[in-house]
Amino acid sequence: MRSDVSLYDLSAPPSLDAALAILAKEPGKYTPIAGGTELMVALGVGRLVQHSLISIQHLRELRFIRVDDKAIHIGAGTTFTDIRRSQAIAEDLPLLIQSASWTGSIANQNRGTLGGNICNASPAADTPPALLAYGATVRLISASGTRTMPYSDFHLGYKKTVLRPDELLHSISVPRDFSDYRQYIRKVGTRNAQSISKIALAAIAKLEGDTIADIRLGAASLTDRPVRCSATEAALQRQRIDGANLDATVRAARAALATEAKPIDDIRSTAKYRAAVAANLLEEFLRSL
Amino acid sequence: MSQSKPILGASPLRKEGRAKVLGAAKYIDDQSLPGMWHGATVRSSIARGIICSITFAPEIDWEQFAIVRASDIPGENTIVHLTKDHPCLAESQVNHPEEPILLLAHPDKTALLAAVRGVRIEYDELPGVFTIEESEAAVENNDAERIIWPGSDAGGTANCFKQYLMYSGEANETEDGLAAAFEAADFIVEEEYHTGAQEQLYIENNGVIAECNKDALGNVSDVCVRGSMQCPYYVVHALTLIFNLPEEKCRVIQVETGGAFGGKEDFPSVIGSHAALLAMKCGHPVKITYDRAEDMAATTKRHPSRTRHRTAVSKDGKLLGGTIDVAIDGGAYATLSPVVLSRATIHSPGPYKWPHIRVRAKAMATNIPPHGAFRGFGAPQSLFALERHMDKIAKTIGLTPEELRRRNFLGTGDRTATGQLLNEPVDMQHLLTRALQESEYHEKLARFAEENKHSTIKRGVGFASFMHGAGFTGSGERRLNSLVHLDVLEDGRPQILVSSTEFGQGTNTILCQVAAQTLQLPYEDILIAQPDTSVVPNSGPTVASRTAMIVGKLVERASHQILATLREQEDLPEEHTREQFIAAAQSYRAKHGSLRASVRYEPATKIYWDDELYRGDAYPGYAWAVYVAEVAVDLNTYMATVTRFDALQEVGLVMHPVLAKGQIEGGVAQGIGYALYEKCVWKEGRMMNNQMTNYIMPTSADLPPIHVHFEEVPSIHGPGGAKGIGELPMDGPAPAILNAIENATGIAFNTIPLLPEDIFERFTSFTEPAHGGSEDFDPTHLGEFLPEAVA
Ligand SMILES: Cc1cc2nc3c(=O)[nH]c(=O)nc-3n(C[C@H](O)[C@H](O)[C@H](O)COP(=O)(O)OP(=O)(O)OC[C@H]3O[C@@H](n4cnc5c(N)ncnc54)[C@H](O)[C@@H]3O)c2cc1C
Repeated sequence: MRSDVSLYDLSAPPSLDAALAILAKEPGKYTPIAGGTELMVALGVGRLVQHSLISIQHLRELRFIRVDDKAIHIGAGTTFTDIRRSQAIAEDLPLLIQSASWTGSIANQNRGTLGGNICNASPAADTPPALLAYGATVRLISASGTRTMPYSDFHLGYKKTVLRPDELLHSISVPRDFSDYRQYIRKVGTRNAQSISKIALAAIAKLEGDTIADIRLGAASLTDRPVRCSATEAALQRQRIDGANLDATVRAARAALATEAKPIDDIRSTAKYRAAVAANLLEEFLRSL
Repeated sequence: MSQSKPILGASPLRKEGRAKVLGAAKYIDDQSLPGMWHGATVRSSIARGIICSITFAPEIDWEQFAIVRASDIPGENTIVHLTKDHPCLAESQVNHPEEPILLLAHPDKTALLAAVRGVRIEYDELPGVFTIEESEAAVENNDAERIIWPGSDAGGTANCFKQYLMYSGEANETEDGLAAAFEAADFIVEEEYHTGAQEQLYIENNGVIAECNKDALGNVSDVCVRGSMQCPYYVVHALTLIFNLPEEKCRVIQVETGGAFGGKEDFPSVIGSHAALLAMKCGHPVKITYDRAEDMAATTKRHPSRTRHRTAVSKDGKLLGGTIDVAIDGGAYATLSPVVLSRATIHSPGPYKWPHIRVRAKAMATNIPPHGAFRGFGAPQSLFALERHMDKIAKTIGLTPEELRRRNFLGTGDRTATGQLLNEPVDMQHLLTRALQESEYHEKLARFAEENKHSTIKRGVGFASFMHGAGFTGSGERRLNSLVHLDVLEDGRPQILVSSTEFGQGTNTILCQVAAQTLQLPYEDILIAQPDTSVVPNSGPTVASRTAMIVGKLVERASHQILATLREQEDLPEEHTREQFIAAAQSYRAKHGSLRASVRYEPATKIYWDDELYRGDAYPGYAWAVYVAEVAVDLNTYMATVTRFDALQEVGLVMHPVLAKGQIEGGVAQGIGYALYEKCVWKEGRMMNNQMTNYIMPTSADLPPIHVHFEEVPSIHGPGGAKGIGELPMDGPAPAILNAIENATGIAFNTIPLLPEDIFERFTSFTEPAHGGSEDFDPTHLGEFLPEAVA
């Protein structure tokens, strides 16, 4: 433990409204803490700069999985374990289940929340690619009201999001009906468990015969934030994947992906490797259609 | 009741197993002493430079702290190993990042966080060298600025801690033989091989508690260090110099230790000395425990290596002669590098007949924290090179890897490269046959070749054949002169007294099995004393695969001695019951007050060794092995995964099948990490990935089924015929895996760790890149989940 915990304070307001009121009173003073599996790591290594925390982990208002005709609504305080146990998510959103299952360890999954995963805004986080591919929307809440937006607009840059200091992520809504889509997700980590993605790709596609009618791609560690690969999607729209055309489609896809891939060299991998493997994963998906 | 079933070869419960499972075992951080303070280390932030000034932040009340500097050391400022180049605290110059400069203690551990940051040290930086090549270049170019280590009276020269020159015969004759062999060769095969540093990653970080007493004049009268360690008497030796005290005034107690793997062989002398100095300064017991980041950044790792082979071969696959050049990176101080290099040198020719061979070896200095002991101790490095090279030779001359080895294996009655006569039975041919059968090698070779044609996942099989010498090298065991006591206590129960330590591998259990078997008593009756140097004799360090064979044999002899005494003097029958033994022992004790057998090491056969020429009987005994790896390389991700592993070894006698299998499985897992995952990312001598997030140790999800097979051919050197096995499983996995990857992909990789980025580079660049792959990792971008976590 490289922090002096006596220099930190933590409060646990009784309700969501109370939490929002505190945030509104002195915006920026308080940092919400949910499962703490990010923030406590920073505390452990002596690098947690925010000294006033308000816990939102216990707020029931943020921990739910609600299903209606059109979408599944997941509270920001829902844990990975909650997600893995949800029958509805398993049926409609298999990529989300899959990404929750390879996030950290079981202990992590019991505490870590979907909201924390998204708000922490790591480009390597595991659930964003699936949420991006599924076209999720997010709902933000503050004492002065709520707003909703496509999740793909949520991330502004490296560790930067649209969240205001007085706001919390309330929930994530994911459309349900992907039954006629082919679905693919693959995480390439430093090892097979307890690992951070070097690159990850989630992809869904709807075919009309041999033609791609709709395709959506979400990636981790491909740029400075979780990203939807819109240029590649555009390049693949209405492309054919029958034997005669598949190679050309794959070439076009790889070329388009190269234009929007902006990975980096870091301590775990190289930019070259990341870009090449992202293209390989995309090709693997296209050839499996 | 004499024992009906032998206990040696059975798998009784571990002596300390119950306490560990119940969480009752007390590791050092579970312990506290009255009035105890906590210690911390102020370390260098640069790799090499002159210390200009040390200032203390004014906002901290330094009166509350004990501060130790080099000038406070009452004796010599040295951590003694083979030479005295390694200071306990840097005085005027630092030679590696994280080098200890000052020590602080305070009653409240939290207060140390700000205090360590509050010590400001300014340096005049000097240029550093960070690789074997840079260190060599400095010597070649006479670059005085980059001569970072001056030489020593223990055989070191500028930037080089130690060199060995080993010939398979008389030097001139061997040189002539080599010249003729290369002249006559149908093929000359040359290659260079590299291995990386590896962190031991014991579960429990280094930690100690020290106490210090003073006499009426205020001089230190005695010190006591307890902690997590392998070799209590090494720590005693270190303390005698630091405090200028006789051995009996330096007491060291090993407490329950959570893994070691060599990482607690030499290093506890450092942290133990530090805590004892703080205890001296503050007048309280002092505990120092490192957290993971400090432990990884500041303590020892496996020596990186570079090995060059040049081999003369006939077209029918006979090795005619060879030269091997081994270089290891020792880090900033000599520590144990000369001995690690020795094992690398002797193991480098492997289990083969070499008509003529010359091995040149050297340990170079770099401005990296000193590398130290790690399971295998030099052998994994040189055996990696050799077993990759054997596959290269086979490929070059058009033989199978199997056939090439079969034509050159050592056998019973042959002489090794050091001239040691193998008079105990050795059957590598049989080991190879069985290992290939157990692993279905031939069937897979054919099947994968077919399947790979149509798959982006390329599968392959490969193997390595090798041996590992048990015990200290050559004259080492004689010099250690180990002593073991066996007491019989008042209640008639025998108690073993040794300094050999338990750190997860099973020392307590197997030594008690040996005593139980020999004394014809139930295993449960045998006690083993906690290693406390005020009580136990020096049975040598717990290293070098020597505990089972050497110390086990001493326990066996001590047990025989007890029996002989009781038979002669108390008429204990040849076959006795437990009750008869107790009665005889108690009767003896009534007359003599105590009953103790003490035995010293004596070689079972004559051992000849010439330290000058590096010739003779290198080790009392060898374990022999063939390991087979099966791999899958995914060409979408360039990840290589081991999908099955077969480990066959001949180890004399398997003393405890469950523990033995555990040793092999654990070692293979560590070897897989060494080969494919564990890379130390350095920046100017500092380990940048000193967290388990970024130092990638394989998890259970990365490991294959590991099939462990034993052959037992009893040796006269160990108890009941046992030989050492502890380090063996570290040697074989890396070359077997890279041989399998070559079989799968057709590409020869000669550097470990081999990461997906390295495989990617070779698949996409077509020409051999000068560097690339994981060399291009950017150590300054630590990225996610552990922002900027450096020590
Ligand atoms: C050992 C280990 C392994 C890990 N492995 C993985 C992995 O494989 N994949 C992966 O993606 N992650 C991994 N993580 C990171 C972490 O577990 C996840 O990111 C997790 O989802 C974080 O959720 P949390 O609730 O614990 O976040 P917290 O630590 O509580 O918060 C994280 C950030 O989000 C903010 N925040 C949380 N909830 C809200 C909200 N409702 N509104 C606004 N802001 C909010 C916090 O203020 C903070 O900035 C790992 C962590 C550890 C310690």
